[in-house]
Amino acid sequence: MEFDVVIGLEVHVQLKTQSKMFCSCANQYGAEANTTICPVCTGYPGVMPVPNHDAIRKTLIAGMMCGCEISPLSKFDRKSYFYPDMPKNYQISQYDLPFCKNGVINISGKGFSGEMLEEKNIGITRIHLEEDVAKSTHYTAYSGIDFNRAGVPLMEVVSEPDMSSADEAYAYLGNLKQIMQYGLISDCDMEKGQMRCDVNISLKPNGRKEFGTKIELKNLNSFRAIHRAINYEISRQSEILIDGGSLVQETRGWNDDRGSTYLMRVKESAHDYRYFPEPDLTPICFTNDEIEALRSQLPELPVQKAERFVRDFELTEYDAQVLTAEKNLADYFDSGAKETKSPKLLANWIISELLREIANAQISITDTKINSKDLAKLVDMISSNVINGKIAKVVFAEMFGTGKSPEAIVKEKGLIQVTDESSIVEFVKKSVEDNPSQVAEYKAGKTAVLQYLVGQVMKISKGKANPQAVVKILKELLDV
Amino acid sequence: MIDLKKITLAEAAEQLKDGSLTSLELCSQYLKRIDEVEDRVKAFVHLDRNSILAEAEKSDARRRSGKTLSEIDGITISVKDLIAVKGEPCTCGSKILRGLKSPYDATVVSKLKDKGVVIFGRNNMDEFAMGSTCENSSYYPTKNPWDLERVPGGSSGGSAAAVAASEVTASLGSDTGGSVRQPAAFCGVVGLKPTYGTVSRYGLVAYASSLDQIGPLTKDVYDSALLFDVITGKDKRDSTSLDSPSISYAQSVRNAPKDLRGLKVGIPKEYFAEGLSEVVRKDALDVISLLKDLGAEIVDISLPYSKYAIASYYIIATAEASANLARFDGIRYGHRSQNSSNLNDLYLNSRREGFGAEVKRRILLGTFVLSSGYYDAYYLKAQKVRTLIKEDFNNAFAKCDVILSPTSPYPPFKVGEITDPLQMYLADIYTISINLAGICAISVPSSIIKDLNIPLGIQFIGPTRGEEIILKTAKVFEDNRAVKNFIPATVGGV
Repeated sequence: MEFDVVIGLEVHVQLKTQSKMFCSCANQYGAEANTTICPVCTGYPGVMPVPNHDAIRKTLIAGMMCGCEISPLSKFDRKSYFYPDMPKNYQISQYDLPFCKNGVINISGKGFSGEMLEEKNIGITRIHLEEDVAKSTHYTAYSGIDFNRAGVPLMEVVSEPDMSSADEAYAYLGNLKQIMQYGLISDCDMEKGQMRCDVNISLKPNGRKEFGTKIELKNLNSFRAIHRAINYEISRQSEILIDGGSLVQETRGWNDDRGSTYLMRVKESAHDYRYFPEPDLTPICFTNDEIEALRSQLPELPVQKAERFVRDFELTEYDAQVLTAEKNLADYFDSGAKETKSPKLLANWIISELLREIANAQISITDTKINSKDLAKLVDMISSNVINGKIAKVVFAEMFGTGKSPEAIVKEKGLIQVTDESSIVEFVKKSVEDNPSQVAEYKAGKTAVLQYLVGQVMKISKGKANPQAVVKILKELLDV
Repeated sequence: MIDLKKITLAEAAEQLKDGSLTSLELCSQYLKRIDEVEDRVKAFVHLDRNSILAEAEKSDARRRSGKTLSEIDGITISVKDLIAVKGEPCTCGSKILRGLKSPYDATVVSKLKDKGVVIFGRNNMDEFAMGSTCENSSYYPTKNPWDLERVPGGSSGGSAAAVAASEVTASLGSDTGGSVRQPAAFCGVVGLKPTYGTVSRYGLVAYASSLDQIGPLTKDVYDSALLFDVITGKDKRDSTSLDSPSISYAQSVRNAPKDLRGLKVGIPKEYFAEGLSEVVRKDALDVISLLKDLGAEIVDISLPYSKYAIASYYIIATAEASANLARFDGIRYGHRSQNSSNLNDLYLNSRREGFGAEVKRRILLGTFVLSSGYYDAYYLKAQKVRTLIKEDFNNAFAKCDVILSPTSPYPPFKVGEITDPLQMYLADIYTISINLAGICAISVPSSIIKDLNIPLGIQFIGPTRGEEIILKTAKVFEDNRAVKNFIPATVGGV
């Protein structure tokens, strides 16, 4: 029996804002436990929430970037359940009137396994805004609760069940993360819990219309874990179904060490959240003008940026995709490309040299000492023959290590390319004199020897001679 | 020597200003009075004498150096035990919050402190404002200063009793379904339930957030206006608060006309049907005839949906309460049960031990009406009825300027007299609709029942932000009613 796999994702994204969702405490990761807290985010008696308008704005931007409709009328609701990480034992969330709905994210590019996926649209059911809960840490004899995270603005992006493989889910998450970073909505660092994902997965026999029994997967801490967990579930569920068994609706956790899922709870014990409108907050309305004004300020989407790179800078589509994969990298290229006459060459240098070096150094593009404008200058020095490619690599290494400008390095080390023919003639003459046997071989018709002689000239000139001029002069001298 | 029993907030302020009184004297005399009567009245649950005297001295020092913060600098005002005062307990009359000290000031408290007011202790109340008698306090029941056998009303019974027994100049209570107005009526003081949103709820421990409103309990209408002027206004910490008014209500009351010519007073026929005690009916009819004599035009009106008010109220209020009270779980503050071996038991035992019977009843009811499968039939339906009740009032106010009704269907009853919760809920029949509609109302003492020597109150209801008209009307009534002073001659006849 063959199965169709049906996957939908619920992704929580912490918003990058100055303050928390309903109070003025800092929204800051990594502070000492229980220091960025106040009576509001710890649920003291008598406090009231005040909505963070920047968080609402960012949610609308996220929605627009995912092609969502923005609801002219939204409201917050209370979602009730008891847990020690929940200061009020209800969470302020959104139930039936979320800020954004009916969007779409286009997935293309590579899946986790590296194979190229077919382009596909994944529907976004809704995006709503809520407050994060505190973070519990369980020790042997007791548990600790850090309320620093309580009240951090948290957006939930719910997809349609449009994905049919672990690779598609992986690509969807990658694209979603890219959009969030482009919109300056979130850094989406999963290790810091800025992006968290639950998976709904079910199997049904090929071609059947009705969905199979839905299993929810939790505790997924990386894209890799999500990919593995989905594949594990596909085999687990299909084995049960092939054996004639049936599935019950349940929530399962992922154990990354064992590489398997385990039962957390079955549907019967599911919560009744008793949603009702939050009486401490008034409904939120947006006029068409407000929505359109926000839309006009939308940042460029990754796809749009890649298209622009191809159009304006004549990059290949592949290069454009590599450079737009991460917003910071795209910004780096974008600001350098404006400064150079050879943006294509700049792209090559970033992709082949800079990305390799930052990978080796295990730093991110924002940490590199090379300023994008300096890299643009280096590229211009190459294309205007001030230095040759070989020297450029030396200069680049120095720039990467020190952050100095290419002009300063070239000047300091006397690396300016010699293009003056009379000087080059001297180098060529010296190399001809020093290598009589190779000259003889060349003259006997073994033209490949010419490269060796060019190398000798470069050596004598300490790499500064313009290689094209060297070849030309060598030939003139030997071909008589 | 001042006469504590008679002195109003405005009069005390005047004497502080002309130097015939100091804040320290005022506070000391109230503390002395408390020593005399509080054993019997039980209006307070917390009183920090040292801090009161220290604040009074600071106020007097400000006055001596000409740096008085306001007209009411040095005045004594107590608060109901659900309004947060930094560093003081805030237990809402409950066991579950014992041990908690508020880490912040409620907005109303900041406003009072900014004016130099001495926060004068915390008043007893029905636990979490759920009740109409103060019998649901986890400390002790407060007694009615007019007759210690009788209840002071609730839930702001401690506030009303303290003002009536002259233990304090004025108090701030909260009104969710009549909790300021009904005890005001029972204790012979003035109680204002302002329009929803006109007073910040920040720092008011929520019972039913969409209905709760802080309001003053005072000796007379002018004090009510004076205090309302101080506490009203937009608060950035309360998103539901309304823009600050552009007028001074105290000024309006001071300039109130001598009579009520040109005023249309609506009498809702539904409020004079069954369930109303004869003595209250007669009192209301006397008030109506006095208003007529003062030149008011009496208009018959109808509030057809008022019969559904109590049912809707007990669905909406308990639904909100079930969520509002969920935070009291023994995890972060307040009572934590000491004999629990796991998290679930800790929740159950802390809440079982911490909450009283009425609170548990309302949490259960609220949890039920919000449950999956019941939401539409109860909560949603109640919200629809609420809209109809608002429309009732809108229609009525097209025909009249203020609406008149008794505050309570019966006079103050005896401690332990009503034990059936449903019968108790009916005590709020004339006050509850006002909270559902979000409009304003004031209860003013109207007469004293001769044989029993206990007071009755009458309620003037106004439209949204109609405080000016109800305060002025109440003032004219106050100046013209037969009984001039509502002072329990001796506390409890002792």
